[in-house]
Amino acid sequence: MSISIEEVEHVAQLARLKLSDEEKQMFAEQLSKILQYVNKLNELDTEGVEPMSRASHMENVLREDEVKPSLARELVMKNAPDEQDGFFRVPSVLD
Amino acid sequence: MPVTGSKYETVIGLEVHVELLTRSKIFCGCSTEFGAPPNANTCPICLGHPGTLPVLNKRAVEFAVKAAMALNCTIAEETQFARKNYFYPDLAKAYQISQSDRPIGENGWIDIEVNGQTKRIGIMRLHLEEDAGKLVHGEGGFHSLVDFNRAGTPLIEIVSEPDIRSPEEAEAYLKKLRAIMSYCEVSDVKMEQGSLRCDANISLRPVGETKLGTKTELKNMNSFANVRKALEYEQSRQAALLDKGEPIIQETRRWDEAAGKTIAMRSKEEAEDYRYFPDPDLVTIHIDKAWQDQIRQTIPELPDERKARYTSEYGLSEYDAEVITSSKKLADLFEDSLKYTSDAKAAANWIMGELLGYLNANQLEPDDIKISGKHLGEMIRLIDDGTISSKIAKQVFRDMMESGKDPDTIVKEKGLVQISDESAILEVVDKVIANNPQVVADYKGGKEKALGFLVGQVMKETKGKANPGIVNKLFKQRLNEE
Repeated sequence: MSISIEEVEHVAQLARLKLSDEEKQMFAEQLSKILQYVNKLNELDTEGVEPMSRASHMENVLREDEVKPSLARELVMKNAPDEQDGFFRVPSVLD
Repeated sequence: MPVTGSKYETVIGLEVHVELLTRSKIFCGCSTEFGAPPNANTCPICLGHPGTLPVLNKRAVEFAVKAAMALNCTIAEETQFARKNYFYPDLAKAYQISQSDRPIGENGWIDIEVNGQTKRIGIMRLHLEEDAGKLVHGEGGFHSLVDFNRAGTPLIEIVSEPDIRSPEEAEAYLKKLRAIMSYCEVSDVKMEQGSLRCDANISLRPVGETKLGTKTELKNMNSFANVRKALEYEQSRQAALLDKGEPIIQETRRWDEAAGKTIAMRSKEEAEDYRYFPDPDLVTIHIDKAWQDQIRQTIPELPDERKARYTSEYGLSEYDAEVITSSKKLADLFEDSLKYTSDAKAAANWIMGELLGYLNANQLEPDDIKISGKHLGEMIRLIDDGTISSKIAKQVFRDMMESGKDPDTIVKEKGLVQISDESAILEVVDKVIANNPQVVADYKGGKEKALGFLVGQVMKETKGKANPGIVNKLFKQRLNEE
């Protein structure tokens, strides 16, 4: 299993990361190694074994449909880098 | 109306999002109330602060299962949530909690009716997810403003099979879906307020071809009429391209209502790559048979069953039954009225005629109706027992629709009680005879129609309140005895 430079660029774009050429090279090698390592698991015979998506065996952790107080608006805005009239203000995303 | 002729077959699939009517959000206790000040209904969970943990709202699961059952889906005994990863400012966590494999419902169907024909449309899947926030685009186009009140509102996404063959079928499917959701009381399904939203996939292929053509995805259609118009536009746009031998580009297109056309949206830099994976913050949901049975019992009589009952039990026409059951509000009003009158046909006629006419004329929806079935039933009884004439009843009905007052009150307040007292009517009849010697002479000379004019004069004098049967009878007596 080997990861190409193009695949690194694709994943970096999806994560909005800007990588230098050296970094792309480095990550391509590192990610390839990680995949090779994980790939060992494919050698296991999993015939007839139910797929597992979680380590926890807990199920149905639910809450009743009850309204609880929300955060005060000044606290909500405390972490906002930019604000306007109670809204979070972000760079334009008009399509 | 675009005409694609017989050359192409249109293939449409719809993706419908329905907001569930829970009190609190899907993963936190914030209120789902509409119209709060920006960001007033938010907390660290729905704002996606690090270190917070979502906890699933039980009622959201139950509503989703109920909706899936009403759409004849197979219910997953075990279901789970997944993260759908993408960057957009209305999504604080940079992922949406949704479902990928093992959705709550799969392989369902609903029946629609188009041009008197029943057609079954498949439902591929129904899954539960959280809604995103709302973006307001600021002045000058430099900034966007984000309100996270809607973020975390429970949504179900209902994906149809590509079984829809025309814009009319698409509209019929949406209306049936809306009716079923509204009967189940899991959503208020108001398209104008965004509690029901629809995206459409549409492609064309030569008649007889079994492979699907290249599709486009349509967005931003905020009413039933716009869904139909956008699909009609897109149908003829694609047909024109195919006629010229030009390729259809797979893309997302936005419906521009003002321009009356679809416009290509800036394509995403990458093809969709959401990298779904099971959300480790949420555990598996096990919907065992006992829980399923409990939910199944809460499903009420659905539109198709009611329609069948209205035609067999009350003798309504297929068409009237279809229209009345298309809205739970109308159907409930119809049935409630029958507690006060036994004349089901009259009740149906008032709903199909005066009531829907009033809604259309005033651009209102059934949910805006102020009267109850009791009002309608009592009004019909007032006609039956001779208290008001059917002509006056139309005036009473309009008053009821406007004020929401009961018919008795309106009749009393406005003095609309029908005059059936013969001596009182006779006085007016004699006056009209005295004032119209020429018309009286015409009548006596054999001109039957002249009587209508004389009766009309009495109705005018009494402001429509004289009992027309008695007026007729008295004229005939008077004019024949002389």
